[in-house]
Amino acid sequence: MTDLSWLIDPVYIVTVFFFIIGMQRMSHPLTARSGIVWAGAAMLIATLATFFTPGLTNLALIAIAIVIGGGFGYLAAKRVAMTDMPQMIALYNGMGGGAAAGISAVALLGTTHAATGSLAVIGGLIGAISFTGSIIAFMKLQGWMRPRPITFPGQQVINMAVLVLAIISGILVIVQPAWLPLSISVYLPLFFVLSLGFGLLMTLPIGGADMPVVISMYNAFTGLAVALDGFSFATPNYAMVVAGIIVGAAGTLLTLNMAKAMNRSITNVFFGAFGATEENVEIQGSMKSIETDDVAVLLAYANTVVVAPGYGMAVAQAQQKVKELTDLLESKNVQVKFAIHPVAGRMPGHMNVLLAEAGVSYDHLFDRDEINPEFPSTDVVLVIGANDVVNPAAHRQGSPLFGMPILDVDQAKNVIVLKRGQGKGFSGIENDLFYRDNTRMLYGDAQESVGKLVQAVKKF
Amino acid sequence: MTDTTMLWTAVYIVMLAAFTGYVVISRVPAILHTPLMSGSNFIHGIVLVGAMVALGLATTPLEQAIGFVAVILGAANVTGGYVVTERILQMFDRSGKKPGKEA
Repeated sequence: MTDLSWLIDPVYIVTVFFFIIGMQRMSHPLTARSGIVWAGAAMLIATLATFFTPGLTNLALIAIAIVIGGGFGYLAAKRVAMTDMPQMIALYNGMGGGAAAGISAVALLGTTHAATGSLAVIGGLIGAISFTGSIIAFMKLQGWMRPRPITFPGQQVINMAVLVLAIISGILVIVQPAWLPLSISVYLPLFFVLSLGFGLLMTLPIGGADMPVVISMYNAFTGLAVALDGFSFATPNYAMVVAGIIVGAAGTLLTLNMAKAMNRSITNVFFGAFGATEENVEIQGSMKSIETDDVAVLLAYANTVVVAPGYGMAVAQAQQKVKELTDLLESKNVQVKFAIHPVAGRMPGHMNVLLAEAGVSYDHLFDRDEINPEFPSTDVVLVIGANDVVNPAAHRQGSPLFGMPILDVDQAKNVIVLKRGQGKGFSGIENDLFYRDNTRMLYGDAQESVGKLVQAVKKF
Repeated sequence: MTDTTMLWTAVYIVMLAAFTGYVVISRVPAILHTPLMSGSNFIHGIVLVGAMVALGLATTPLEQAIGFVAVILGAANVTGGYVVTERILQMFDRSGKKPGKEA
């Protein structure tokens, strides 16, 4: 084969340039779709150019691995339902972290260079944490594990001890002191077992409600690990360094924004075990249920209706029916708006994506700050599968939710809560809203309930 | 280049890249947070090229095995990240294509 290795650097520069353009385009609604195409093209040329790396062997193995991994990633992502996207992001992010950890492992088996070795150790640590942490996040969201925080006595101490031991074994991998009888063949596996273990332990106590923040943080972690691994080669791989750092920086900012939207600090997310402890407050009143026909009357004769969707709508796949109901009400001159809490669902923007899928136009969607002043003059609020983001307990000092910005739906004249059963939200906290005098519960699967509502409203 | 120049070059690159990542994302509307997170998830799939080099230059069976797994994971990160982002962003398309055709 002719030596085309001179191609690699120019191609990597174009790759990085395209990545930046792609991210730039992805941050504006109108250009967002083309953004991923730019980034995809960049990834393709970078992968092809890498085959020209001088001295590259095992080409067949590389090709086979790409086909296996790529095939799995493609098929799984194509088949999964839109509602499951958040955990798929977690899964693929974890795989990226695992790949980074693997690169570190190979580098550390070969290198004795202290500087690049140290970077490989740090990259390996972060990558391994991101790997197991993301897998736990995936399992919690996918329902393979209980989403509630898993806590045990002395947890923080044990977690810290595991992290410290991982760091010590990482240092031993680099230093390999002569006065210790052990060799790298002990330190290296130990280092990775401890790092992987820490990622697992650190994610167990985090509840489902905080998962978006966690996934976003592990995303930034993987970016950082990839960047550090870029330095672990004999000649640094600057495509990995630059792309990794960009993701690390952007991901960190995104994580902080998300945490802010939920009024949670990062330390809180990781050390708070949110929702693990029950709050012992007697809630006044009782839950009052309502029949479909009565809701239909309220809706048909209302002037203004606000829909507050949450994860329940996503689970029940009710967005199409909700769109039908919206159209029907508008044909009866009822004004319909959607109140979108920034963290409704499992991720920021989750609801926007689902409603857009159903064909609800943007001008119907309002974010929290826009819609909150309108609730007192709203006739009916339909809460569809949302819970924590409409819990007025957030205004009560002492509640674990205290201070979280919510949709003030309790201010509306009538609140109808569509809910599967009497269970609690993802945070595991009782919802005051359900006990209010102006609240009625419409039990059942959201898709079915809204479907029945459409039929009932048609009669008026 | 000496090790010291290499070091400082690296610091410059890291600083500028971090700044770029920060700027690109700082004025993003909340509705694009999920696609952007997914998009950046795809971009760190560049780890694939590192895994390819690690496997391609591996000499011992152990290095080969680890490298092989790393390439599988990296490739899944790339294709999965791309498809997920593509599918999410498709929802934002207003060109009139009937929704629900996908998936």
